[in-house]
Amino acid sequence: MMDFLLEPLAYEFFRNSLLASLMVGALCGLIGVYIVLRGMSYIGHGLSHAAFGGAVVGFTLGLNFYVGAGAMGLLAAVLINQVAKGGKIKSDAAIGIVTTAFFALGIAIISRVRTFTQSFEAALFGNILGVTSEDLTVIALVTAFTMVTVFLMYKPLLFSTFDNEAARVFGIKTGVVQLMFSFILTLAIIASMNIVGVTMIAATLVIPAITARMLTDSFSRMIIYSTLIGAVMGVVGMYLSYIFNAASGATIVLFGASLFCLVLLFNYIKERFILHEHIHRHGDVIHSHPHGPRHEQHDEADREESGQSRP
Amino acid sequence: MDAAVRLRDVSVGYERKVIFSRLSLEIPAGQFAGIVGPTGSGKTTLLKTILGTQPVFSGDVRLLGLPVDKLPPGSIGYVPQLESVDWSFPVTVEQVILMGLYTNKGIWPWSTRQERNKVHDLADRLGIHDCLHHHIVNISGGQRQRAFLARALINNPKLLVLDEPTAGVDIKTQHDVLHLLGDLNQEGITILLTTHDLNAVASHLPWVICFNKGLVAQGKPRDIFTNGILTKTYGGDIVIVEHGDHFLIASGTPLHLAEKEK
Repeated sequence: MMDFLLEPLAYEFFRNSLLASLMVGALCGLIGVYIVLRGMSYIGHGLSHAAFGGAVVGFTLGLNFYVGAGAMGLLAAVLINQVAKGGKIKSDAAIGIVTTAFFALGIAIISRVRTFTQSFEAALFGNILGVTSEDLTVIALVTAFTMVTVFLMYKPLLFSTFDNEAARVFGIKTGVVQLMFSFILTLAIIASMNIVGVTMIAATLVIPAITARMLTDSFSRMIIYSTLIGAVMGVVGMYLSYIFNAASGATIVLFGASLFCLVLLFNYIKERFILHEHIHRHGDVIHSHPHGPRHEQHDEADREESGQSRP
Repeated sequence: MDAAVRLRDVSVGYERKVIFSRLSLEIPAGQFAGIVGPTGSGKTTLLKTILGTQPVFSGDVRLLGLPVDKLPPGSIGYVPQLESVDWSFPVTVEQVILMGLYTNKGIWPWSTRQERNKVHDLADRLGIHDCLHHHIVNISGGQRQRAFLARALINNPKLLVLDEPTAGVDIKTQHDVLHLLGDLNQEGITILLTTHDLNAVASHLPWVICFNKGLVAQGKPRDIFTNGILTKTYGGDIVIVEHGDHFLIASGTPLHLAEKEK
């Protein structure tokens, strides 16, 4: 078993890819929590398409991949915010218009200029062989920057995600928080593009977060679980990509989807066969927790609520 | 003494649609007032204007003598409509209350012992201490209202604004919440709320503001809840039944009597 795991590590390209997918998985897992809870699951899909268009435009202008993708990705994020600001156009429609237009620009240029020396296939589908030392540096910097930003902005980010209007009334600068979040989201998407691919980013962002949500009711635990699930998804997905010689983005997402189904099944069984047997009511609140010698704490709380004395 | 809320010639709307124009309204410090009016009358827009979250076309809005954006953080306590809350959000009651302190300086993501003690003391006072560690979906309607009230009170605000605090809760909880607000008002907090429940206003609040795309009337419930003013505010027939010191407000002719009249 150990040989099986260690064998691919002999190759430098695999070590690079594994490190990159570990960081990208954790990064997407972390950012994904805010995306899912803000109801913006489609934003990753949209922004990655806009960044792809930017990368193509950048390439035709002789710019670095990250410069073109970054500029267009940020521009798209700002435009989406502005278009959706008035409230007349909802953010999902704004994402659809802005990012598809940018993606279309990239596709139009590719079809018009047929003399590209660079393949954009890696950016579209993810490529295990394509991780360069430049990619690794960018991913490491973006992951570190994002983690520090989320750490420092934990409270305002949480409050504005939960209740943006109340956060504003309480004195949180929600405009700055939103802008900063768009910035780190765009950076995360651009850093992840070559590993998971434009077409798979949305799932990489969403799967760890919703899986974590099903495992906990605590926000801080959800952040930790989602980051860890993302990292595990990246590493296992990358091994599967090597084993089956398939696109890394696809194997990462497929493994994540399997994990999600497993947790869904576990929750269903827990609810159907364990919690269902313990449903009881106290006043207008429905409780579901086991009773008995191992659950004295719950029993005591129930007795207090119902005004009964200890037997 | 500065008024708690002062609007002068304020016009507000969305894009080109004006909701209300040239509104002047003053609520003195220490008042406990309820804004009533039909659906779509602009009550929530008025509340948002006061809170500074709704841009104004023209006019001047001042709270506690200052423009809203110049107020120190935590000067206003705000309780949103419970219907607007995402109840599946992964937070406990304690975390919701702690959010009220998130504007305090400090970069660490965790709360201090002092902050947690403050939350526990307030939760004790509002009778929700036992559910502090419960997820927000697992508590009753009354406890939810108290949890958000605790968040609004955690900074000891001078002005408390509540959007429909009597909506979606049973009559007993409604009574308890309004009594609690009355006690807070006795301690010196200016309270402003919106509601659809005229009877709750009539029996619990000392001041009422009738609003329908503009100020219709304001005063003590006994003076304001007249057939003329309520008809002007809501349109249609309003019946007021008096019983000693109490009075009950109902909408026009009951359906079965209306049928008979036909």
